[in-house]
Amino acid sequence: MMLASAVDPIYAHGVTLAVVVIVLVRMVVGFAALMGAVTVMIWFERKAISDMQSRIGPTRWGPFGLFQTLADGLKLIVKEDLVPQEADRFVFKLAPYLSLIPALVTFAIVPVGGTVDIAGHPVVLQMANPPVGVLLMLAMSGISVYGVVLAGWSSGSKYPLMSSVRASAQMISYEAALGMTIVTVVLATGSLSTQNIVAAQAHGIWHWNLIRLGIVPFVIFLIAITAELNRPPFDVVEAETELVGGFHTEYSSFRFGVFYLAEFMNTITMSAIIVTLFLGGPAGWVPNIPHLRWLFPILWFLIKTTLFAFGYIWFRAALPRFRYDQLMDLGWKRLIPLSLGWMLIVAGFLIRPSWGFLMAALVILAWTLLTRTVAIGAQRQEGADSLLPAIGERPLPGRVLRAFTDHEED
Amino acid sequence: MIAAAYAIPDILAFLTAAVMIVVGALGVLAVKNPVHAALSLILTLFGVAVAFVAQAADFLAVVQIIVYAGAIVVLFLFVIMFLGVDRFETVRVEPLVGQRALAGVGAVITVGGLIVLLASSHWVTGAVAVSTSGHPAAVGAGNVRAVGTAVFTTYLFAFEATAALLIIAVVGAVLLARRERRMDREEEA
Repeated sequence: MMLASAVDPIYAHGVTLAVVVIVLVRMVVGFAALMGAVTVMIWFERKAISDMQSRIGPTRWGPFGLFQTLADGLKLIVKEDLVPQEADRFVFKLAPYLSLIPALVTFAIVPVGGTVDIAGHPVVLQMANPPVGVLLMLAMSGISVYGVVLAGWSSGSKYPLMSSVRASAQMISYEAALGMTIVTVVLATGSLSTQNIVAAQAHGIWHWNLIRLGIVPFVIFLIAITAELNRPPFDVVEAETELVGGFHTEYSSFRFGVFYLAEFMNTITMSAIIVTLFLGGPAGWVPNIPHLRWLFPILWFLIKTTLFAFGYIWFRAALPRFRYDQLMDLGWKRLIPLSLGWMLIVAGFLIRPSWGFLMAALVILAWTLLTRTVAIGAQRQEGADSLLPAIGERPLPGRVLRAFTDHEED
Repeated sequence: MIAAAYAIPDILAFLTAAVMIVVGALGVLAVKNPVHAALSLILTLFGVAVAFVAQAADFLAVVQIIVYAGAIVVLFLFVIMFLGVDRFETVRVEPLVGQRALAGVGAVITVGGLIVLLASSHWVTGAVAVSTSGHPAAVGAGNVRAVGTAVFTTYLFAFEATAALLIIAVVGAVLLARRERRMDREEEA
């Protein structure tokens, strides 16, 4: 059964010309839909943030300024193409595409709707359904950091380099928590395929992984994926106040446009992934209207994805940026232990409730020990560092300097 | 004879993977800039992933990308950027005397051993999936199950030993990196 569901039903009766055409058209339509969604998303973000900040936002091009993104894109394409003299030319030109391609590939595994009959062929509304499913998403999110890291490095400039160092450290810190929550979902489903993950959540809201796994994995996943996306409040990579523009400081014209596109495409894709993993993807109430039943799963999927896309916009407007050390603290000391512990508890409950409670007790014990260890470790600071107060209470630079020099003179 | 054992798509997949692996590996050696070398390494890793997919080991392919390309090479890049081992380095002075001769001997032994192994076993097995011995249950989604079962039964000891080794390495690294600052100060004074 597992094997059968891992293969797209369209290939069940052999690969004919019609099947090839349908698969190609499905791919092109998916790509076009994603591109269209990106233009709307950029417009939506600008409008929503404008509203939250009592501004008007784009109004000039098209109704409600809807074509503003197209106008911006056109402007970026015809602008002069600059490569800094200090840049590593090959890597500089390669980097934007390295951040665009993962965003595109990840969207391929998202089930957008149910199954539609086209010319007698059952067509699954999903570009590809590889047996490794969500792992592909994890691999692509691991790859997508190269775009940022290499862009920053190849610019041959100071601030972009700092930005790329931050990006690589941030990615590694949050990848572990992200992977662990995905393991929780996969454990509960018993399959890696996104099709199966969605199918397991199809029988009502109580079967959604959001509720079935406890809210915790969902929250961890949301936080970790926001960090992977470098979206606010985790956008230390492009912190304007500290790093000019971050990794894309030296980029202009079309290449900057590609970065911009990739960022928003990633936001949409990851919203879709959250919906797939935790909110049942296209699952939802379907009224019994003849010939239109296929439409409702797509609508549900769109509604849920839009909800998360709006959430990201809201984060951006409402939350201040994390400081770099807070970011690391949250990733390593909170999210990784929590996701690991929750995974063990879920694994225990999947075997037997008694095992689950035993695991919960063990995890609480381990958590207490860990907290105590961290506290002891924080007290252990000695030497010149101990003159500085704990992180969080920031002294004036002059005071720190005096503390240091006084100590040196002893 | 080769054509009898393999279909054209298999040969194409193998050629793609082989070209990626060899070009990447040569690039790591030939390129002077450390970041370019890391990029060549990624090309090699992707080539190995393609080879895994061609062998119907999808799971290994994805894990290869997640672990090596997604984490380890990112760490390499992080270190290269952080320490600024940037641009070009002069390697005129040999830190280890006689390492080139030893490396040559090592290369000869490795290549010779590989040739002996290849000559003494089957050159062409004709099986598409060597990793699963062609068993259909282990293709696709069954892949994960097969690997999981093998790791937690047959190779449990090796698996746990590796885990312990990694923990020891991490603890050692923390211990080395986090020395008492006050002791340095006393030595200076």
